[in-house]
Amino acid sequence: MHELSIAASIVEAVSETASAYPGARVKEVRLRLGALASVVEDSLRFCWQLATEDTPLAQAGLTIISLPVIVHCESCNADSELDGVQSFRCARCGELAGEIRQGRELEIESIEIDEPEPSSAAPAKENT
Amino acid sequence: MTTRIVELRRGILKKNDELAAHLRERYAAAGVLVFNLVSSPGTGKTAFLERTLRELRARGTQAAALVGDLETDNDARRLAASGAPVRQINTHGICHLDAEMIGKHLDEWQEIALPALDMLFIENVGNLVCPSSYDLGERIRVVLLSVTEGEDKPLKYPTMFNSADAAVITKVDIAEPCGFDRELALKNIHEVRPGIPVFETSAKTGAGFATWLDFLAQQR
Repeated sequence: MHELSIAASIVEAVSETASAYPGARVKEVRLRLGALASVVEDSLRFCWQLATEDTPLAQAGLTIISLPVIVHCESCNADSELDGVQSFRCARCGELAGEIRQGRELEIESIEIDEPEPSSAAPAKENT
Repeated sequence: MTTRIVELRRGILKKNDELAAHLRERYAAAGVLVFNLVSSPGTGKTAFLERTLRELRARGTQAAALVGDLETDNDARRLAASGAPVRQINTHGICHLDAEMIGKHLDEWQEIALPALDMLFIENVGNLVCPSSYDLGERIRVVLLSVTEGEDKPLKYPTMFNSADAAVITKVDIAEPCGFDRELALKNIHEVRPGIPVFETSAKTGAGFATWLDFLAQQR
């Protein structure tokens, strides 16, 4: 439901970063989304199209890296990956494990940009 | 064309997180304990909060409330019956409160001074999904579940339950006619948020409020 706000926040952050590279075109935006981030991927992709329409990011692709939840178990002192988010139990010993080590991520990892050749406006140099 | 990868490694909601961090500092400096109440629409947040505010007043605790809804000031008027200072936030369609809205309303709220308060309750928009992503600088996030909603609600909305610091079951006075399976509800809450304290309450009869108010007092 709030994916449009999330998409708008991504557009804002990416535009800010990209503005440091004049003339560059953003090709790809890579996100890291934890299973506990409350973001629905399909919905975010749909909102991404809406949020980027008529902006310099209109052609930019979205790569979503989904991260499962990893909990730390106090009973057996191990970290384990959960299958879903319905049961926070250690995959090794089956005890309840509430300490989250991964899964809340809601991050922009990186962007891929195409920069114009610096030589295009200047005389071409060889072997540079 | 040269292709370049630019690392950002930043939170998508960084702006909200930064504003929330400022709010947290502001609350701490004022010595006010802040709660964020989240639940589905219809769980009984307002009735629960109204009784909480009223009983806190009776105990001599200075408490106020900010209440979020898409439209109307009905909830603020209901909460004001407790005698506590209350301010309505209308989000006009936005499904959650964010740190910017809280900061703005605190700045504009002439009737209260944060340092004069012991506790501030923020009643979020009724929604078990989106508010989980937006930090309001609160110290304690309270998720509410009513006996009419079904024991599997925590399993259906695990991200919200998992982000909470305390859980409240409301409307326990009608648990029996609703066929509410208490053991199962408690099991499901702990399955998605191990170790969370759970309070079983009725705003109508006052059941469970003594324990809840003691818990509030212990957080100060």
